[in-house]
Amino acid sequence: MEVFVQQLINGITLGSIYGLIAIGYTMVFGIIGMVNFAHGDVFMVSAFIGLIAYLIVTAWLGIASAVGALLIVLIVAMALTSLVNWTIERIAYRPLRGSFRLAPLISAIGMSILLSNFVQVAQGPRNKSIPPLLQGEFVLMGRESYQVTLSHRQLLIWIVTAVLLVVFWYLVSRTALGRAQRACEQDQKMAALLGVDVDRTISITFVIGAALAAVAGTMYLMYYGVVNFSDGFTPGVKAFTAAVLGGIGSLPGAVVGGILIGLVETMWSAYFSIDYKDVAAFSILAITLIFLPQGLLGRPEVEKV
Amino acid sequence: MTSLLCLRGVKTYYGNIIALRGIDVDVREGEIVTLIGANGAGKSTLMMTIFGNPRAREGSIRFAGRDITGLPTHEIARLRIAQSPEGRRIFPRMTVMENLQMGAAVRDGGTAADLKRVLSLFPRLADRLSQRGGTLSGGEQQMLAIARALMGRPRLLLLDEPSLGLAPIIARQIFDIIRILNERDGLSVLLVEQNAYHALRLAHRGYVIVNGAITISGTGHELLARPEVRAAYLEGGRR
Ligand SMILES: Nc1ncnc2c1ncn2[C@@H]1O[C@H](COP(=O)(O)OP(=O)(O)O)[C@@H](O)[C@H]1O
Ligand SMILES: [Mg+2]
Repeated sequence: MEVFVQQLINGITLGSIYGLIAIGYTMVFGIIGMVNFAHGDVFMVSAFIGLIAYLIVTAWLGIASAVGALLIVLIVAMALTSLVNWTIERIAYRPLRGSFRLAPLISAIGMSILLSNFVQVAQGPRNKSIPPLLQGEFVLMGRESYQVTLSHRQLLIWIVTAVLLVVFWYLVSRTALGRAQRACEQDQKMAALLGVDVDRTISITFVIGAALAAVAGTMYLMYYGVVNFSDGFTPGVKAFTAAVLGGIGSLPGAVVGGILIGLVETMWSAYFSIDYKDVAAFSILAITLIFLPQGLLGRPEVEKV
Repeated sequence: MTSLLCLRGVKTYYGNIIALRGIDVDVREGEIVTLIGANGAGKSTLMMTIFGNPRAREGSIRFAGRDITGLPTHEIARLRIAQSPEGRRIFPRMTVMENLQMGAAVRDGGTAADLKRVLSLFPRLADRLSQRGGTLSGGEQQMLAIARALMGRPRLLLLDEPSLGLAPIIARQIFDIIRILNERDGLSVLLVEQNAYHALRLAHRGYVIVNGAITISGTGHELLARPEVRAAYLEGGRR
């Protein structure tokens, strides 16, 4: 029982990170119908940006408060990662729009390789770490032999994720920008007829996706304390699995899918074999694609002709 | 009177296939102009070419004295030309309200008065504001498409086959509304119709387009009286 609750807590934490990355996949897919293979690496780059920002903030500027430092790191990572993704879209995807369907996909694979190799060369192939921060934890239940804990880090991840999801939900569902974004998703030609700058809206989609990936990247860095140039791949594929499981194109689906994948991974590690946790997560991708290709919260088909 | 919209020698291609072979069309301030022609004549192509999608390869398009031939589509929309396109193109997974708000995207904010004005023209939409666009009936979707176009307070409204597939009573309502908008608000309208009889009765002037070229033009009454127009577009089409 205690093990289960503990893994629930761990799984939701991990799933929050996957969910934040998954939103980027699902939004880009929704608006231009492309699986952005570079998105996992954008996440990894954001973690490195967070790492460098953290070192600058703590070592050079000497900001002592952990929460204050994290906040600055978060904002810097979000801003710079957005800029990176905006640039990638401009140089690698936009010129290929209107070309054959696989062209931007191949370009995205290229970008993925470029980003991870660039970080490998620039930052070295070994794990980079930050000193552990926010060490405290709450003991929720349990006996001497096994205590269920919620660490301060986990709680922070939950809070940041929840706040950002609310802000993001408001942006997409209630603002003119979000409406324009959804309009482009449904009918770009019509959106343009109504005065929406479709190219700009697509750029903004990449920026939003990157900002959320940067939140995930910063949280990942803080949670594990280490990051590596190859860390884009596995979380990236898991987040993609989350997006597919939730129903690609669906924003709530991305979050639900992320949490489910996080739970599957931690539960599998606890009850079966930790060595096979990635296999378990990836099996879900295959199973979903075969038996439930529209995903859990896939598009409701209400269109009339 | 000066032309609000003025097309001169407009040629449009799909790939290497020519769809418009040098079109001259004018819509003056306060006028209803109709374009009639058989299926595949190029009517919708002309409507979309005005918005730069597809783009005219030759010729010029001027709106309110300004050359818009090379302008991006969304910037043309911001000059307050609105279109209810062929097939209506309602956003199916947005509510009626959101569809209307999209129509006001060309002008930032200040939509409450427009909403009231538009809903008074189409009261049926007022009861369905929170319904998804894709679940509306064909007639309601057409009303929504026009209402959406009106939300941006256009100077020129392009309507591509607004009565297509609608029951005659609904079609008549829509024609009545076009007339009201024109007479009361002075809205200029370019109307594409397969229902040539009603369109020519409603319009001040009309053009006949055949295979990508204008063959006849004149006032609505003149065109209604022309035997070749009657033979080609009005036989059996009456009432
Ligand atoms: N997207 C397109 N690609 C290629 N050809 C097209 C396209 N749209 C229309 N056409 C062709 O252009 C011609 C004019 O079509 P259209 O403007 O839709 O006619 P109308 O609206 O008068 O029925 C037709 O021959 C049609 O097949
Ligand atoms: Mg047509």
